[in-house]
Amino acid sequence: MSEIFSPISVPAAKPAQAASEGAATRGVLIGISVTFLALFLVLPLFAVFTQAFSKGIGAFLDAFREPDAWSAIRLTLTVAVIAVPFNVVFGLAASWAIAKFEFPGKALLITLIDLPFSVSPVVSGMIYVLLFGSQGLFGSWLIDHGIQILFALPGIVLATVFVTFPFVARELIPLMQEQGTAEEEAALTLGASGLHVFRTVTLPNIRWGLLYSVLLCNARAMGEFGAVSVVSGHIRGLTNTIPLHVEILYNEYNFVASFAVASLLAVLALITLVLKSFLEWRFAGELAHGRAH
Amino acid sequence: MNSRTAGHTDSPLDRPSTTIRVESVSKTFDTAAVLHDLSLDVRAGELIGLLGPSGSGKTTLLRIIAGLDAPDRGRILFGDDDATGLAVQERAVGFVFQHYALFKHMSVADNIAYGLNARRRADRPAKAEIKRRVGDLLDLIRLSGFGDRYPSQLSGGQRQRVALARALAVEPRVLLLDEPFGALDAQVRKDLRRWLREIHDRTGQTTIFVTHDQDEALELSDRVAVLDRGRLEQVGTPDEVQEHPASATVMKFLGDSVEVEAIAEGGRVLVRGRETPVVAPAGIIGPVKLYVRPWQLQLAEAESAHLSGTVRSSYRTQGRQRIEVVDAEGRVLAVEDFDGVRHPAGHPVGLRINGGHVFG
Repeated sequence: MSEIFSPISVPAAKPAQAASEGAATRGVLIGISVTFLALFLVLPLFAVFTQAFSKGIGAFLDAFREPDAWSAIRLTLTVAVIAVPFNVVFGLAASWAIAKFEFPGKALLITLIDLPFSVSPVVSGMIYVLLFGSQGLFGSWLIDHGIQILFALPGIVLATVFVTFPFVARELIPLMQEQGTAEEEAALTLGASGLHVFRTVTLPNIRWGLLYSVLLCNARAMGEFGAVSVVSGHIRGLTNTIPLHVEILYNEYNFVASFAVASLLAVLALITLVLKSFLEWRFAGELAHGRAH
Repeated sequence: MNSRTAGHTDSPLDRPSTTIRVESVSKTFDTAAVLHDLSLDVRAGELIGLLGPSGSGKTTLLRIIAGLDAPDRGRILFGDDDATGLAVQERAVGFVFQHYALFKHMSVADNIAYGLNARRRADRPAKAEIKRRVGDLLDLIRLSGFGDRYPSQLSGGQRQRVALARALAVEPRVLLLDEPFGALDAQVRKDLRRWLREIHDRTGQTTIFVTHDQDEALELSDRVAVLDRGRLEQVGTPDEVQEHPASATVMKFLGDSVEVEAIAEGGRVLVRGRETPVVAPAGIIGPVKLYVRPWQLQLAEAESAHLSGTVRSSYRTQGRQRIEVVDAEGRVLAVEDFDGVRHPAGHPVGLRINGGHVFG
């Protein structure tokens, strides 16, 4: 399989006659791309680390001696640990339903899954304020029952789940659609129960796609700023996630600490990128997105 | 379902076989009717081919028998048991898919053992027993030593054999094959056909296979069921359907034929006022269509000919000479004649009708 879907399959002989006039165009295009990448991605990344280490390694490490920094890291991890599995379950259910069954409203469901991608994260956060804020729809009921959603962990988790829920479904829907239902049907005729089929046939077929999407979902869950900012309330040591903590430090002109904590997010991004590239390279045939590269 | 385990004996080839009755089954997808009130009896131990053009509903019928689709109306009986309400897992059918549907991430041996491993612990054979049975089946499909390979390392023909072994491993009451050789090239297809027939002769298992290939159906089947647009046109042995096609549809689908304007008169069939050896069915009088096979046409002198035209081309294939004649209306008439004479293009010829069919 991996031979068939080998990512590099550009025919070597074909572009020969187009090469003479194409060489200049290609050079310009590559030049523009590389310049943009350098200006907007590599340079800022470099700046983050330069700033973080501008007062030496000691000042860098001091940023992590702050209890508030640790509480922000803890909160971010907690949120990711709740939000990612939630979206894996949702994504599996949605893509299973969409890929393997026909039902009315299917097109609408696919559109709705994309909603978080098209809505500004700030609006996503506002939705929860409107629903659960003290002036909100369920506000008074929640206050009566002493349930705190806004400015607390549940609100941050809800906002994160909302923002990240397309990732798993979007990767798995095309993958499952392409694989069709023949293998599952074969397993059923052999007497396997639905759950057994899922465990032994469906899941192994989508495992790399699932891992890929979990990776992206996790990166977004940990890095989300806008939606979380609206619902968090910015309570130091309580409801600040890593991105919010970075902002607070920066606003207090504590640049070294701010960039030091930011470098943590940058490292997370780099690790994600490396793992993502590895998955795309090694399992291109078993990913929906990897196919395009 | 105890017949699945009750039938188990030491040999993997010794399986119970059962009759299958399809009773007035109808099926509609969205708004398109796929099967119309279709009934079919399959005898125990029979190898029956469902033959029809694409869109005739043959695959849908097979999937309904397997339980992969549910009929809108009608019943499916396995022996005396009503299987209509049974889930696919409870039907104990072996199903072979056109594109094999092997489990890509499992070895050949694991593929074959899948159905046995999927059983509840109480019904599951011991590990050693499973291994032994997989070995027997690998021998049967002539792939001993291939157990550790993966489907991607096999050729198309080998994959289809593994798919068959996987279906046989669970000792199904009936074997269902959906265009089993459709995705293979001509030579492999021929070999596998012969081999499937051999296996069927050894196992004696009730087997239904779907095909759109007339030769395949006629060569392989004990009986052929011809389907067209969701209706059963005819069921019979390959000889019966060829010698006595029940309708023009069956006639046309089973091979090349020429449609000739004719007059039926007191049981006789006349073409351009000249009598033919064809007998019209009782009660058919007046203008009719006569269907003639290429080998029922013969080159003849003008005075004894029913039809005339000019030769367009002529070629030989496998000991037979095939001549294409264009008549005055521009229709192409295929003739299979072996007179050993070369017929140059443009040459005027007469054609005699030696047989054919008229349908009511």
